[in-house]
Amino acid sequence: MNEAAELPAWTLMIVAILLITGAATTLIGSLGLLRLRTFYERVHAPTLGTTFGTACIVIASVIYFSATGTRPVLNEFLILIFVTVTTPVTLMILIRASVLRDRSGNKQVASEQKRG
Amino acid sequence: MSMVLSWSIVVAQMFLSLAMACAAFRVLGGPRAQDRVVGFDSLYVSAMLLLLTFGIRTGSTLYFEAALIVALLGFVGTTALSKFLLRGEVIE
Repeated sequence: MNEAAELPAWTLMIVAILLITGAATTLIGSLGLLRLRTFYERVHAPTLGTTFGTACIVIASVIYFSATGTRPVLNEFLILIFVTVTTPVTLMILIRASVLRDRSGNKQVASEQKRG
Repeated sequence: MSMVLSWSIVVAQMFLSLAMACAAFRVLGGPRAQDRVVGFDSLYVSAMLLLLTFGIRTGSTLYFEAALIVALLGFVGTTALSKFLLRGEVIE
């Protein structure tokens, strides 16, 4: 926090707003994961945290470290690109596994319940 | 003015800790296996964001590398668990 005293006020405000927005979005996604009823509804909720929350916090980190000048700044975009690309892949494999498990068992898939 | 940033970092860390608690509750009490895997996915992403906020708080570069490793290994772990649920074995 020593370098933060010399930064201009609007930079700190932008960093603070981005941090709180990203953290609140991640919290909303995790609350949805906790509160929604079926698995096929629950699997949508954490993507809020993995896309918008990660983007906000990574951009806040980039702005803060480029303003203080302590290190090269573009490293965080590695995390952003990696998380944004890999999470849909994982969730698609997981949903396919879940559909397969539902079809092999007694339970019907949720979409088939609505259709039939 | 630095007070605004430090308090916002504290608030963001509280939010992310609550998000980790929700995901951990879903991991522990999820009715089926795929619920636990989704909870684990949300848990490691929240932990990675918490590491990034620690990095902003202390101004250290070590937290960034820890967050990158958490993202990489979390992806590998979630993919391995999903493949296990899909096929019954991880590497085929």
